[in-house]
Amino acid sequence: MNVDIQDAGRLQHLGNDIRRHTLRAVHHAGAGHIGGVLSAADMFAALYFSELRIDPQRPRWEDRDRFVLSKGHCAIGLYVTLAIRGFFPIAELDTFDAIDSRLQGHPDMTKLPGLDMSTGSLGQGLSPGVGMALGARVLGKDFRTWVMLGDGEIQEGQIWEAAFTGARYQLGNLTAILDWNHLQQYGWATDEGYAKSARRDPVESPAAKWEAFGWRVIECDGHDVADFLEACAAARATREWPTLILAHTIKGKGVSFMENDFSWHSKPLSDADLARALAEIDAADNARRSARTEAT
Amino acid sequence: MSSMVAQRDVFGDTMVELCARDPRVVLLDGDLANSTKSDKLATARPDRFFMMGIAEQNLAGVAAGMATVGLKPWIASFAAFIATRDLDQIRVVIAQPKLNVRLAAHYSGILTGYTGKTHQVVNDIAIMRSFPNMVVVAPCDGPEARAAMLALNDYDGPVYLRLTRDPLPVVTPQDQQFELGRGLLLRDGTDIALVCTGAQTLRALEAADVLAGDGISARVLHLPTIKPLDEAAIVDAAKATRCVLTCEEHSIFGGLGGAVAEVLGRRRPTRMDMLGLRDVDGESGPNDALINKYGLSAAHVAQRARDLLEAR
Repeated sequence: MNVDIQDAGRLQHLGNDIRRHTLRAVHHAGAGHIGGVLSAADMFAALYFSELRIDPQRPRWEDRDRFVLSKGHCAIGLYVTLAIRGFFPIAELDTFDAIDSRLQGHPDMTKLPGLDMSTGSLGQGLSPGVGMALGARVLGKDFRTWVMLGDGEIQEGQIWEAAFTGARYQLGNLTAILDWNHLQQYGWATDEGYAKSARRDPVESPAAKWEAFGWRVIECDGHDVADFLEACAAARATREWPTLILAHTIKGKGVSFMENDFSWHSKPLSDADLARALAEIDAADNARRSARTEAT
Repeated sequence: MSSMVAQRDVFGDTMVELCARDPRVVLLDGDLANSTKSDKLATARPDRFFMMGIAEQNLAGVAAGMATVGLKPWIASFAAFIATRDLDQIRVVIAQPKLNVRLAAHYSGILTGYTGKTHQVVNDIAIMRSFPNMVVVAPCDGPEARAAMLALNDYDGPVYLRLTRDPLPVVTPQDQQFELGRGLLLRDGTDIALVCTGAQTLRALEAADVLAGDGISARVLHLPTIKPLDEAAIVDAAKATRCVLTCEEHSIFGGLGGAVAEVLGRRRPTRMDMLGLRDVDGESGPNDALINKYGLSAAHVAQRARDLLEAR
C-alpha cells in the first residue's frame, strides 16, 4: 500500500498534535510519562487515523480492531489520540491523573470506553492480545489485534511466553509493534558508568529474537507514517504467522532536549520547558509544510 | 457410606456439559489436562480446549483477552500455580478489569498426590479473597462442584474456584442448587458451631458425629462461598450456639477463619477458634498421614471443639 503524500502529511501533523496535547496534559497534571509517548506519537496517529478499523461512536463495537497499549505508562499519548479521534472531548484531557478522572495514570478499561485492555504492570499486554486474536478465531470474526510494546518491557519473561504461544497458534491476525526507542526508565550504564547519561540499549538484536520465536519481523521507521503504514499493510497480509513490526524510533522525538535522554522517561515539565518544546514542534510542522508547498 | 466422587472428574465432565450448552465457553490448560481432567474436554471438544503450555502468567493474560471479546474462559491449573505464579496477572488483567475469567484451582489444600509443598498452597483463600472484585468458592464434594460450575458460568466477573484432587464422599443433598454467597446448614446444633469450607467440611461432619456420641450438639455450617460471605448464616450460627470453630484445609491466617472472625468481631463478638494449618507448609505423604500430622482429621476437629467448649 502506498500512502498518499497528502495523507502522510496530515498524519505526520496529527503525530505532532499528539505530542503537543501530551506535553500540555503532562504539564497541567504536573506528572506523566513523556519520552515514550513522543517516540510512539507518529504510530498512534497512523494507527488511529488510518490503520485501525474503529468507530469512535461505537467504542464497544464487537468487530472493531483491538489495540492494547502494553507500555501502559504511555497512557496519556493514547488518551490524546482517542480524544482527537473523537472518542471523548479534548477538554477532558485536563483531568488526566486527577481524582475521579477516567484518564488514569495507566489505562483502566473499566473507566474509559475505547480502551481495549487495562495495562500498566509491564510485560502483560501481549498475552491478552494473544487471547483476543485467538478469541476472534473461536468467534469467527475478522477483526485484527494490535499490541504496542516498549523495548524495556520485553525484558519481562511473560512477553516471551506470549510470543511462543502466538506463534504456536499461528495467529496471523495478531501484530505486535515494538517501539524500539533504545531507552528504558533508568537502564544499564555504558562503560562510562551510571553518573553519565549514556545507556545501553534495553535489548540487543530484537529482530533475531522475535524471528527465533516464530514471528515474521518487519522493520520500519516509526517516525515515518508512510513507512510504518506499509509495515502495517504487510502485517495485515500475513496469514500464517504473527508479525512484529520493529519500529525504529527516538525516545523524546521532536523535542531536542528530550531526545535520547532517559531522564525524560517521566518528568514534570516546567513552564519554560513546555514553551520551548511546543515551539520546536511547531517549527518542525511549519518546515514540513513549506517543504511540501515547494514540492507541489 | 455414600459413593465417592472426585471434584476433578466432575470438573472435566461439567466443562464438556458447559461447552455443549454455551458456545462462548472455552478452557485454557497449563499442561495439566490429565491431572485436572480437562482432557475430557480436550478429546470431546478440541475446538474449545486451548493448551497454553507451561506458562501460567501468559495463561492468565490470554484468558483475560478472550474474556474481553465476549468469550467465557475457564483456566485449569493447580491452585499453587494459579494463586501465586500468576498473581500479578490476575490482579491487573483479571480482577481489576472485572473480567469474566474462571480460575479453576485444582489440587488445593495439602492432599495433592505426593507432590509436596511446591505443589501445595496453604494461603490461596487469604490471597484471593483480598482482591477487590474476586469471588472465592470452595465446594465440599463432587455434586456441589458441578452445581457451582453451572451457576458460576453465568456470573459476571472473576471467580476463584477451589477444587480438590481425590475422591470424596457425597454429602450435599441431591439436586442441591448452588447460590453464590449462600451458606448451607448441614446440621443443626446448639453447643458449638463448626463453620467450614471445601473438603474440610466432610471432616467437620464426621467430627459432629463424634461429638454427638459425647452428648455435644454441634451445628455444621458449610460455606461454599468464602467471598461474598454469608454473614447472616454466620451470625445465626453464633447466636444458636455457645462458640464457633472454623475448619479449613488452609492456613489459619486470613482464610475462612479470618473471614468469619471479621464478621463476628464486627457483628457478634463470640468465643471462637480456628482449625487449619498453623503457619506451616505441607509436605508429600499419604492423605491420612497428612491429615493427621497437620491436625485436620475429624478427631482433631472434635478435640478442638471440646477444648473450646471447656475454655473459660
